[in-house]
Amino acid sequence: MEGEAGFSRFSCSTRSPSTGLRLPGYVSASPQFFLFSCGRELQKAPSFLTPCQNQENGSHFSSSLVGVSVSEASWRSFPPLMARNKEALVVLLDVGPSMHHILPDVEKICSILAQKKLIYSKYDEVGVVLFGTEETENEVAKEVGGYGHVFVLRNIKVVDGDLVEALKKLPRGTFCGDFLDAIVVGMDMLIKKYGLTNKGKKRMCLITDGCSEIKDSHEGSKEDQVNIIAEQFTRYGLKLECIVFRGSLRPDANETVMAENDRILNVFPKKTYAKTIYVENPTSLLGAIKTRNIFPVTIFRGDLEISPQLKIKVWVYKKSSEEKFPTLKKYSDKAPQTDKFATHEVKVDYEYKNHENSIKYVPPDQRIKGYQYGPQVVPISSDEWDAVKFKPDKGVKLLGFSDASNIMRHHYMKDVNIFVAEPGDIGATLAVSALARAMKEMDKVAILRCVWRQGQGNVVIGALTPNLSDNDLVADSFFFNILPFAEDIREFTFPSFSNLPASVQPNDDQQLATDNFVQMLDLGPSNNRQEELLPDFTPNPVLERFYNCLELKAQNPDAMVPPLDKTIRRITEPDAELFARNKSIVDAFRRRFEVKPNPKLKKSSKPPGQEKPSGSDDEKVLHDFPTLNVIDTTGIKTAAQVEKIGDLTPIQDFEALISRRDSPEWVNKAIKEMSNKIYDLIEDSYRGDNYPKALELLEALRRGCILEQVLNLLPAHCNVLLKSITSNTFLTSIAILS
Amino acid sequence: MEMELDPDEVFRDDEDDPEAEAVRESASTKELSVYLVDASPRMFLAQSPSGHDKDESYFHVAINCVVASLKTQIINRSYDEVAICFFNTREKKNLQGSDGVFVFDVGDRESLDRPTAKLIKELSCLEETFAKEIGSQYGIVAGSRENSLYNALWVAQALLRKGSAKTADKRILLFTNEDDPFGKMKGAYKADMTRTTLQRGKDAQDLGISIELFPLIQPNIEFDVSLFYADLIGIEDDDIAQFISGVGERFEDMKYQLRKRMFKKRIVRRLTFSIVNGLSIEVNTYALVRPLVPGSVVWLDSVTNQPLKIERSFICADTGALVQEPTKRFFPYKNMNIKFSVEELADIKRVSNDQLRLLGFKPLSCLKDYHNLRPSTFIFPTDQELIGSTTIFIALHRSMLRLQRFAVAYYGISSHPRLVALIAQDEIKDVGVQVEPPGMHMIYLPYADDVRHIEELHLSPETLAHQASEEQINRAAALMKRMDLKDFSVCQLGNPALQRHYGILQALALEEDDLPEIKDETNPDEEGLSQPGVVKVIEQFKHSIFGDRYESSRSASDEKRSEASKKRKANAENALKECENYDWAELASSGKLMSLTVADLKCYLMARGLPLSGKKEDLIGRIKMDLRK
Repeated sequence: MEGEAGFSRFSCSTRSPSTGLRLPGYVSASPQFFLFSCGRELQKAPSFLTPCQNQENGSHFSSSLVGVSVSEASWRSFPPLMARNKEALVVLLDVGPSMHHILPDVEKICSILAQKKLIYSKYDEVGVVLFGTEETENEVAKEVGGYGHVFVLRNIKVVDGDLVEALKKLPRGTFCGDFLDAIVVGMDMLIKKYGLTNKGKKRMCLITDGCSEIKDSHEGSKEDQVNIIAEQFTRYGLKLECIVFRGSLRPDANETVMAENDRILNVFPKKTYAKTIYVENPTSLLGAIKTRNIFPVTIFRGDLEISPQLKIKVWVYKKSSEEKFPTLKKYSDKAPQTDKFATHEVKVDYEYKNHENSIKYVPPDQRIKGYQYGPQVVPISSDEWDAVKFKPDKGVKLLGFSDASNIMRHHYMKDVNIFVAEPGDIGATLAVSALARAMKEMDKVAILRCVWRQGQGNVVIGALTPNLSDNDLVADSFFFNILPFAEDIREFTFPSFSNLPASVQPNDDQQLATDNFVQMLDLGPSNNRQEELLPDFTPNPVLERFYNCLELKAQNPDAMVPPLDKTIRRITEPDAELFARNKSIVDAFRRRFEVKPNPKLKKSSKPPGQEKPSGSDDEKVLHDFPTLNVIDTTGIKTAAQVEKIGDLTPIQDFEALISRRDSPEWVNKAIKEMSNKIYDLIEDSYRGDNYPKALELLEALRRGCILEQVLNLLPAHCNVLLKSITSNTFLTSIAILS
Repeated sequence: MEMELDPDEVFRDDEDDPEAEAVRESASTKELSVYLVDASPRMFLAQSPSGHDKDESYFHVAINCVVASLKTQIINRSYDEVAICFFNTREKKNLQGSDGVFVFDVGDRESLDRPTAKLIKELSCLEETFAKEIGSQYGIVAGSRENSLYNALWVAQALLRKGSAKTADKRILLFTNEDDPFGKMKGAYKADMTRTTLQRGKDAQDLGISIELFPLIQPNIEFDVSLFYADLIGIEDDDIAQFISGVGERFEDMKYQLRKRMFKKRIVRRLTFSIVNGLSIEVNTYALVRPLVPGSVVWLDSVTNQPLKIERSFICADTGALVQEPTKRFFPYKNMNIKFSVEELADIKRVSNDQLRLLGFKPLSCLKDYHNLRPSTFIFPTDQELIGSTTIFIALHRSMLRLQRFAVAYYGISSHPRLVALIAQDEIKDVGVQVEPPGMHMIYLPYADDVRHIEELHLSPETLAHQASEEQINRAAALMKRMDLKDFSVCQLGNPALQRHYGILQALALEEDDLPEIKDETNPDEEGLSQPGVVKVIEQFKHSIFGDRYESSRSASDEKRSEASKKRKANAENALKECENYDWAELASSGKLMSLTVADLKCYLMARGLPLSGKKEDLIGRIKMDLRK
């Protein structure tokens, strides 16, 4: 490798995106690049500085003011200005070998991101940079050398269908990528295209496992370099989102390198518009990136009135808000096929009539609204109603403080608002901070009465709770939850558990088994593990599937609804490994309790309200055995009838077989038959056409073994096979097998 | 806050919440109730001779309770049917011709019918004319075989004959302050009357009518349920103490009791809750908290005031042909119209095997204040179909409370699948009355894309965020102590907009001229805020934050605002001048408005103070509308 030697020699300067070698005219018009490069270089590596830059040199930093004014004047005519809710995004993807196992999920999240942009923000511009690739292709490398294995897959341009395609099949790289190099390349792309304009709308999104070493610099520590890069981020109004995937560690992972990378990645959020997120499983990775850019708008700007003498200026936003299932239009196929401009839309028309059969319509000005009051309907015109209805004045007023324990969590009524101090108002920021911190210390909430805007027809009462910041750059704020009015609560009385008959009270053994069960099936954070299914990192399975299906149908209009993605299924189904890990506790719990159908009731033909996921493996099973036992909702105990693994539904047959409880022999039989099935598939395969199927069976085999805690029974060569799947060298391992 | 989007539709929820639908009233689940009020002279005694309350008679309290209850019913459950019936009266009015029983009625209403504004109105001022029209008189007197209580139950039962027991809940709500109705009787008479009355009660109950007792208690005198009523309403010995402790002494307590018992528990759904593979239990869900919205709006013909029929039709936008409701939907994507069948869309939403699937447990601290989207749903176990469900539920409930954990589960119903948190709620009682029932509350959790990162929106990397000092926090704490709302509870405040809404409707329904004054309880306590002690801590806090700059910082931003308004004013003046350049009426009538620029059109709108939004066509339409006026 020719480049390698030079690359390491200039390891420091390689990270310079110096534009010094650009066309002279360009350079003179953009001296901020010069400053930028000087910043990165400090005093060393002068060979990269062009004469032009040296002229201005001497004291790089003091000339900055001049630089900015020149550049702003000159940039104004060039870079495109984006509307306020548009953004330019550069995705930086680590495709190095250590990332291969997670790349399918990276592809999923990135393509959904691109799809949603295509639908909801079709003027957004997106660039894609890969690193850890065999090849090198980026402008910085061309201009200053170095920056190897960083590959610009796509320059920044408006989103299109090709982007979705490209992100769906990312190439697998062969080198350990340097994410700092990638960040500089991405930054260079954004700065070249937009310069100082569009502050805050230029974003970079880095996905890496942070396992590969960052190349050293000759002078200054890596932290210094990061600091300098961070300064440029601030200066140009660039945002950075780093998503670091830390799943189960590979045996060859270098912990020193990782610790250092973590340190570097955590410098950014302390210095600039940046955020670093760690995720530990593929499901959280799918939720770690915001796939839809929603420009936040305030629902209220004005005073938080503590009393007539003390008012604090605040802005109120939504903190949580449900992303709805997209609205689809009704389709009409009446237009002739030749009509290229047909809209296919259906208009819904409402006509008002006096009687069912009357032909005469009642015109709008002859209609009046009637309000129901008991059996009476009271007619009131809109004008009359407006004149008499409740019209509170706009304002947010404190009623007082109360112990947090007086507010029940289940009384929160809606999505949540956030109160922040008016930006730039130091007094307000301090007041919010002082109140929030005091509330936290004393475990209090504030009760507010809010009318968000003039003319609003009602008031809301709610609780303000503290939201303290642990980042020095981020100010303290409040969450606000709406509480019910007296009328909104239905006070039903339920029997006390302690008054129920002794026969339904759990005994001590049962309680102990339950205690263990609750304690061990823990999804919370622990020393060596992140919280699982954290709402903030959990993607919406329904929307995920919708966009997935949308793309499939774009390619083939007759495409079926795909089964739920495996990674997504971790949200709707329990984690088999977690249950397997705690098998003895789960079993003990299950043994202690018995549930049986009420004999007094007629056996219903189907379990009450049973719903099946479409396209799931279980569907077939349920169809085959309509007389499913009421107790069993998981389809696993339907096994009694299954005796061998057939060709039609081998996975279902296997699952049924291995979970048969009437004899321990079934487990062995199931594993043996399944292994044979896999061998047969591989042997009968023509040019690998059966391999995907074989893989599926193999996965099912492994899953079954985990569930039944019989991994030791898994044939040894299957383990070999399985390992090879993750390293994507399936074909070679087939050779080993045969 | 959907109300901001459309201020007129103040309470409309933008979501189709199937659960809200399920709890909303419908004609098919109505209740039939008879309010049976004792009117004996004993009921007209002043409630508290000691005089620490106002001199209100028991009868007055009972009537007020019934009125309050009817008002709630007419709003929440206007399909319910009610009858008002007095016993121990001088006059009699009932179909059976029984003595001492008076069925109260108004106008064209049947005896048992939906509550109307008029009924409520006349009942609330009944006391003025009661003595004259109906009169109070003991109906059970020694030496007579008359039994007014028996008669009353008989009349009530006859009133409730309407409607089948299968479709309607029926009950008798009995108000009295006499715990021993046959106390004055002796020997065989007493035994006989007690027996026949109890038999009457039992007969009613056998017909599916429940009898509920609302005893009005005299201070310091126990209402002894065991003397008679325990047998009539069927409470066991063990429960008597509990029953009595649950009965309040005051009017407010009584009203609260009635409200609590007014509405039958309604199950929203029955769910199978899968705990682990092969072990599922059954639970019922209830909607204990849902925003109450005013009844629906109907369109009327303004000439006849008769409701209009709405006819919906589908029209193909391309051909203009009338079509059947299409079964296909489409979504524009990549310059194509991607088609989905309704079934496919339903398939997409069906992501889970189970209705409710346990995934694991987390410490309560993991549930953040912003993890909320909609009102919670209450879960309580049932053994009706799966015996053993309750035991498992209680065991989980206890463990979760003890270990301070909540369960994470997937709520897989296809209309609205969600990740949910299940919080165990221990029973809370206040003076023997259940305030919070035991069970679990299901909290709907947001997904990643439902959470917004507002905190980082305004950060500036050059400056650290300002954080309050220890002294400032202490001042804030001092302020909090002074401004504490003791025993705040969410049930305290009524919804002023809703009260106003129904106040107006009631007034209009009764054709009254004066609109009622509604007290807005949600306003801050101004008196409390002006107490010197409170003013002092506020001033101290203010000073610790702003120093002497509070006034100046406010006037600065006011200036900013007034500058903005000045600019707006200047714009409007400018627009006025500009728009004088055209003869708008002329332009409109000759159809030349289209040839003007949007900016010109907006000048007109701005000068007339009309909205500036929309496309050019919209602007022109608006101008034409305005000119027509």
